[in-house]
Amino acid sequence: MAEKIAKPIPEPTLETRPYWEGCRNHELRIQRCAACGNYQFFPRIYCVKCFGERVEWIKASGRATVLSFTIVRRPVSPAFKDDLPYVVAIVTLEEGPTMMTNIVGCAPERVAIGMPVEVAFEDRTDEISIPMFRPAGEATS
Amino acid sequence: METTETLKNKVAIVGAADTEVGVVPNLSATQLYVKAAKLALEDAGITKADIDGLVTCTSFVEPFMYHAEMIAEYMQIFPRYCMTVPSGGGTTLAIMHHAASAIATGLCHTVLITMADSQVSGLSRDKAIEAMAQAGHPQFERPYGPPIPAFYAMLARAHQHAYGTTDAQRAAVAVACRKHASLNPAAQMRKPITIDDVINSRLIADPLHLLDCSLVSDGGAAIVMTSAERARDFRKRPVYLLGTGEGHSHEHISQALSLTTSAAKEAGERAYAMAGLTPKDIDVAELYDCFTPVVIIELEDLGFCAKGEGGSFVEGGRIELGGELPINTHGGLLSHCHPGHPGSLFSVTEATRQLRGECGVRQVAGAQIALVHGQGGIMSTHCTAILGSERV
Repeated sequence: MAEKIAKPIPEPTLETRPYWEGCRNHELRIQRCAACGNYQFFPRIYCVKCFGERVEWIKASGRATVLSFTIVRRPVSPAFKDDLPYVVAIVTLEEGPTMMTNIVGCAPERVAIGMPVEVAFEDRTDEISIPMFRPAGEATS
Repeated sequence: METTETLKNKVAIVGAADTEVGVVPNLSATQLYVKAAKLALEDAGITKADIDGLVTCTSFVEPFMYHAEMIAEYMQIFPRYCMTVPSGGGTTLAIMHHAASAIATGLCHTVLITMADSQVSGLSRDKAIEAMAQAGHPQFERPYGPPIPAFYAMLARAHQHAYGTTDAQRAAVAVACRKHASLNPAAQMRKPITIDDVINSRLIADPLHLLDCSLVSDGGAAIVMTSAERARDFRKRPVYLLGTGEGHSHEHISQALSLTTSAAKEAGERAYAMAGLTPKDIDVAELYDCFTPVVIIELEDLGFCAKGEGGSFVEGGRIELGGELPINTHGGLLSHCHPGHPGSLFSVTEATRQLRGECGVRQVAGAQIALVHGQGGIMSTHCTAILGSERV
């Protein structure tokens, strides 16, 4: 049997390590500006709104809504072939920032713009868990 | 809108040419760059010694750290202005913007812009698709497995949700491009298609079907630009740069502030302001069409119709030859060719030929003013150029 091609494994950097450490503990973290209260994701050294220096990591609620999505029928690489068809989405977190994700835990055809979703982690390695989202308020199978 | 510079009427295209496109196994990426350059110099009626500026985009297949310098070395030319610009599909027009600025400010007098790649023969279709997907953020996007069509499918879905845009409307863009390609012997895909053909082609990333997606190609194009004063002394009638502008809104689509309005709006407004023209003045538009929904969003953001009306605008042959606003008269990225970064330089060479009246059966009768738009990344980098057969 051919060796299985691995899915991309993020390599945390100095800037993103707190995010990935949170994910490993199944906690979704984003940044909040202590001066102006703005939430942001991706991680950055300063606040994008007031450009202040006091950005802090906080635990996000994990609740979000689907901003847009697609059902992928042709995989980006053989590593995702077994997942077909899979949903790639952009969700808007309850705190405001947007993020790319996969919608899991339901048939792709059930996904809709505006759908409430909640974070669910996929443990890709011992060190790296990837935040994904599933329909809100449904028990894990 | 405040205009911080004006290049209006100061610079002209005096040479324009494409290599053969499609599947070109007998030429490497670098050879395609240099062949395009040679053809453009011949079109201009000058030699490589007459060039004192060179701008290129880099190549996926044969990348070099200092790409323009490598091409200069390869051609044994010794420019005083030499630069590589990488901004995806927006690169071409951003390069024209830089080159025009260099000419207008006297950094150099005659610039060669050449671009090519060999995405089929040098890379294979699967490898090309995988390489292009590196556009996603390595930590926050790529782990989710989005191929390039998925990024654009999310834009299409958002537009559909907000404005009721349909599969058939997106398909009308592909049909128009293919119709024009059928009139262009150089195009990669020439067999006419119908709206049903597009809708019935297999889904790649909902709601985009195979025929909503552009081609993967080999090919190169090049242009020669010089000052409007010098332009009168070249072999063919000059095509003047009337206005140009850029807009840059994000790098990664998951960071975009809007999925339905792009920085094509700012790019277009800046170009119109410089030219002193409006969308009504445009006779032919060569728009970036990597995927069909992009054209619909660009038509709105460039002011050809109101936001949300792009879907109905493209229906009924309005964007076809003989229609109100013919677009992508060579066939576009959807049907002429798409070798990657060079994509919209083929729009510039086509606009140049249209304004010279060289297009034969696909000529837009009496075309005097053309708009060309390029976008790169995932609706990230935008540049618009307005070209004219006369100064305005």
